[in-house]
Amino acid sequence: MKKYKWLVPTIYILFLMLPIYWLLNMSFKTTTEIINTYSLWPQKFTFENYITIFTDSTWYTGYLNSLYYVVMNTVLSVAAALPAAYAFSRYKFLGDKHLFFWLLTNRMAPPAVFALPFFQFYSSINLFDTHVAVALSHCLFNIPLAVWILEGFISAVPKELDETAYVDGYKFWRFFFRIFIPTITAGIGITMFFCFMFSWVELLLAKTLTAVAAKPIAATMTRTVSTSGYELGLLAAAGSLTIIPGAVVIYFVRNYIAKGFALGRV
Amino acid sequence: MNKTEYQKAWLFVIPVFILVAFNAAVPLMTVVNYSFQETFGNNVFTWEGTRWFKQILQSDRFHAALGRQFLFTGIILFIQIPLGIFIALTMPKEGIGVSVCLVLMSMPLLIPWNVVGAMWNIFALPEIGFLGHTLNDLGFDYNFTQQTGDAWFTTVLMDVWHWTSLVVLLSYAGLRSIQPAYYQAAEIDGASRWAVFRYIELPKMKKVLTIAILLRFMDSFMIYTEPFVLTGGGPGNATAFLSIDLVKMALGQFDLGPAAAMSLIYFFIVLLVCWVFYNLMMRNEEQS
Amino acid sequence: MSKITLSDLSHSYLDKQNSDSDWALRDINLDWQDGGAYALLGPSGCGKTTLLNIISGLLNPTKGKVLFDDKDVTTQSPVERNIAQIFQFPVIYDTMTVYANLAFPLKNRGMTDAEIDRRVKEIADMLELTKTLNNRASGLTADGKQKISLGRGLVRSNVNVIMFDEPLTVIDPHLKWVLRSKLKELHQKINRTMIYVTHDQTEALTFADQVVVMHEGQIVQTGTPVELFEKPKHTFVGHFIGSPGMNILPCQIKNGYAAIDGVEISTNTQIKKSNFSKTEIGIRPEFVSFDKKGIPAKILKVSNTGRHKIIDTQCNSGKIKVLSHSSKEIPSGSVFLSFNKKYTYAYGDSWIIE
Repeated sequence: MKKYKWLVPTIYILFLMLPIYWLLNMSFKTTTEIINTYSLWPQKFTFENYITIFTDSTWYTGYLNSLYYVVMNTVLSVAAALPAAYAFSRYKFLGDKHLFFWLLTNRMAPPAVFALPFFQFYSSINLFDTHVAVALSHCLFNIPLAVWILEGFISAVPKELDETAYVDGYKFWRFFFRIFIPTITAGIGITMFFCFMFSWVELLLAKTLTAVAAKPIAATMTRTVSTSGYELGLLAAAGSLTIIPGAVVIYFVRNYIAKGFALGRV
Repeated sequence: MNKTEYQKAWLFVIPVFILVAFNAAVPLMTVVNYSFQETFGNNVFTWEGTRWFKQILQSDRFHAALGRQFLFTGIILFIQIPLGIFIALTMPKEGIGVSVCLVLMSMPLLIPWNVVGAMWNIFALPEIGFLGHTLNDLGFDYNFTQQTGDAWFTTVLMDVWHWTSLVVLLSYAGLRSIQPAYYQAAEIDGASRWAVFRYIELPKMKKVLTIAILLRFMDSFMIYTEPFVLTGGGPGNATAFLSIDLVKMALGQFDLGPAAAMSLIYFFIVLLVCWVFYNLMMRNEEQS
Repeated sequence: MSKITLSDLSHSYLDKQNSDSDWALRDINLDWQDGGAYALLGPSGCGKTTLLNIISGLLNPTKGKVLFDDKDVTTQSPVERNIAQIFQFPVIYDTMTVYANLAFPLKNRGMTDAEIDRRVKEIADMLELTKTLNNRASGLTADGKQKISLGRGLVRSNVNVIMFDEPLTVIDPHLKWVLRSKLKELHQKINRTMIYVTHDQTEALTFADQVVVMHEGQIVQTGTPVELFEKPKHTFVGHFIGSPGMNILPCQIKNGYAAIDGVEISTNTQIKKSNFSKTEIGIRPEFVSFDKKGIPAKILKVSNTGRHKIIDTQCNSGKIKVLSHSSKEIPSGSVFLSFNKKYTYAYGDSWIIE
């Protein structure tokens, strides 16, 4: 039994890779080939779909838009969540428990519930179709998550660290930036990973809050549906490209994932 | 950890409070506002009281959507949690295999949700998709765009594909935090493999599993984009889960009042289930 | 209960070994009598935990054999060897009650409920756990938890040996002493072979009848606490045991005599060999005294610990510590030091010359 243990993760990974392979396979085919012939690999290998994406600005700005608001949201969420998580972990204050639960409830709010009011609200404050709008709206679910994860990591740091620093004459903010933040980099790494992930994959709000100027790549993809039926090759190529930023991020945090989880809340 | 009483800690929380309240309060008030009114466009509203709530709570359409939602969430929790734990248990503990597993397994988590739907659409289509084509070659009459059972099968399979890794990652992290001495002690005590799992691994994973179940419950209950792109809620209304039904009503038919009322009921159900679950877990924690 | 023999035991965590440092353990030979209390003493990383895990069967040695009562058990599992082990931090089954924790090893061995009940109550009584038997084990304090892990070892009446791997690491200092006396008391009561691994000399010397000192994967000396103190067979033992440790000074050996700074030193044992790359004299601070003649030295510092004075002195070959009673007058400036011959040893390449 022990001998065949490796089979389980191997089969699981194969199962995970299969649809991804299929998407890649299609991205190197022309739409005509996709529709007319069924084959496990491209019969006539083509880069045409990718060339279209990289030369058409409506396509590639979609990527830039997405990356722009995702990074903005990640930085914003973590920066705001850090002091809050510190407060929840170290101090008792009026309404702290209720506040914490209230934050978490926002993580539970279905985006579908908020889609329409969000559209009206952001239109009314003239932020509609801006990167800031998407970055801000994603704070709704990313900040509660960031506070939750960071609070766990901070609680794992002994309080003596803070006290020693004060005894040594550190002012609070100097201590916070010079000593505290460096000790929880693993936690910050994990948190950023999750914020990046949930902001990158979300579409409903991002699509609702944008029209042209800040339209995310994932929304651009829906364009392929309307023009002359399905542009399946193009769709597959655009989809394949959306996997890359995620893969890069995972590669960088892979060591944190296993170690970091064990240290913190999770 | 004993905490110091310090009211000024509020200052630390203010940025978070403002950012979240900014996003939560005004839209939520809008929803509440709509839920008690009728609109005919042009900003004309009439007061309707609790009519929409009564109407929604009594409507067969809502009951059906809610039933589908609970069935779906139930099925995916029932599959993903045990499967995730099982895979985590079989993962390598050291060497290059760890990185390979972690990186490859996290891939589905970082693909935009509509791409997941689109990917599964072209993967499962009977004519051009690997899954659809293979199943039909094997003699199954498979077509998820036409047959309810196939649509459910595909949606569930897609969700398992998409999210099981989250359970795997969390469980794996929990398992990794177990000191080797626990396994050694169990070996000396003559414990069976099952007993090791039941009395050492499972209790040590409790915290991460709580998080996994909560996250999976919330997210599967709110699922919208993937099934929308994959099946569009069809065939018929077979895979129209709560969110899909809600958006159909709000944007498709522009029934803002009922849609808002439904939003609130929906949100309330998620909150209620999470709250009950959260409290059960906390009480369990305190007992120990 | 049984006699334990380790013969030519070596272990490496690597697949290939090129030098001595690739081995976690080298050429271990030991004979432990049935019913004795033994300690494995050494700094962290010296291989003592590895040795313990080999005896318990959690690890298979690269080379050599483990014998229980002259029967080869090298390939047997911990269950077959029938041993008990207590780890550095308490290992308990969180979700079980104290009672279920203690009953667990017996249940796994298919004992009847009545028999289990009898054993568990007996052990709980011995460890003063009776009152908490029905509590959840996770609610206990660290020392209570460590008692449970000890109890799980004791409930099995026929274990061959009970092993302790630094069991007091996480226990509060004031409870350490209580638990240690409890262990000593238990050993007398149940008369079972016990092996105690620690890096703390006080723990080792108070617990064990016989202490095995390890250094870099090797056994450097086995003996009673008194032997280790009075006649260290290796400079490491001299240095590691005692506070402050032994003075070790480079010396010259000529014609069977040792000399420091040209002053001849008489040693307890006769020096028969002299072909070493490094020769040293070892003398404990307790056995150095001020004299009218001897090794010339200068006094650097005197510190009073209450009962003793520790005097740091400097001679041409190095520093020498002197321990004297706190009521004694200490000369100042330049002094001469003489060594008590009975406790003065010559070491060649760190090993005693006999």
